[in-house]
Amino acid sequence: MSKATLQRRPLVKKILDGADDNLLVIAGLGSSNWDITEAGDRPLNMPLWGAMGAPVSMGLGLALAQPNKRVLVITGDADLLMSLGSLATVATQQPENLAIVVLDNEKFGETGNQASHTSPLNNGPTESGAGADLALIAKGCGIADVGIVRDSGEVAQLVKDARTKKGPIFRLIKVMVEKLEFVMPPQDGAHLKDRFRQALLGHP
Amino acid sequence: MNAETSADWRDEIFEVFQTHDIKQVYHVPDAGHSRLIEHCQRSNAIRTVPLTTEEEGIALAAGAWLGGQRSALLMQSSGVGNTINMMGLTKTLRFPFLTLITMRGDWGEFNSWQYPMGQGTPKVLEAMGVLLYSVETASEVKRTVDAGARAAFHGGQSVAVLLRQKLIGIKDFGKKKTAK
Repeated sequence: MSKATLQRRPLVKKILDGADDNLLVIAGLGSSNWDITEAGDRPLNMPLWGAMGAPVSMGLGLALAQPNKRVLVITGDADLLMSLGSLATVATQQPENLAIVVLDNEKFGETGNQASHTSPLNNGPTESGAGADLALIAKGCGIADVGIVRDSGEVAQLVKDARTKKGPIFRLIKVMVEKLEFVMPPQDGAHLKDRFRQALLGHP
Repeated sequence: MNAETSADWRDEIFEVFQTHDIKQVYHVPDAGHSRLIEHCQRSNAIRTVPLTTEEEGIALAAGAWLGGQRSALLMQSSGVGNTINMMGLTKTLRFPFLTLITMRGDWGEFNSWQYPMGQGTPKVLEAMGVLLYSVETASEVKRTVDAGARAAFHGGQSVAVLLRQKLIGIKDFGKKKTAK
């Protein structure tokens, strides 16, 4: 397996660049939360501080409720590994407005960078996973439009796909392991929910 | 199992869903809920989503609410155990949540494997701050589900309506063959 070269923060910033009221974003707990917040905290971001395994399902519920808005789920490999079945549930509904972007650093980042199941097999006593291919899993679950992004030349197309391509689409991005600053949004879940609804619906 | 009469309680639950403008219904296939699930699947007003595991339903409900829609999660008591950490979302985000739970391991259950979670269901839901409404007679179903929906969507609560095994009927596989 080739060593990842993409950095998650500038990548997420590009994906969210110029986000308007048409873009609804849900980010998984930990790094993905800090990533979208670094790009710019906004009411139509729903950054999770817990509820591991929730983002894809939450994105689906939101996409079905708001078919005219673009719903973008940004999360990590370990978060998605906890809810692989949710990909099959997405496929039963085929939401055209849903994009799922998974930042795969092959680690459980928040707990000390332990190898996740997407790390290579037979990679030493502490760094081994299963070489699990989340894009292949998504495809096998019934999401036809999947892709893997590994280098900077593919980023412009990724941004376009994530923002506008007919869904459901699934993109796996192989990113570096980095030590990054925590950039934190408000933590109060009720506040995050209320400000999101206020911005979207005009009432909490 | 009750004979199918004009006022079947499963049909009445569907009416309550319509009255409360529930737009998304999530379920793991379940015998006790099957007639209600089919009603929802045939409805043009409701999006019916099958789940691979019940906890998906909590996150879906949160997403639906973020997008301005009401939802309900249909599950069996054995599925409640799958939801517990995710159930915390209802408390953290403080969003209205309604689930209807068909009970097993509750009353006259023949399958010993259903008892641990069936008996644990009310306790774990209570521990997660979910309001419990319980119903064991057909004539009480409609008003109980309606009250649960009111507590959820008007009162902002997380509500579970337990459809007791006494109401649903004891599951019976009929003539059985047992390995010697």
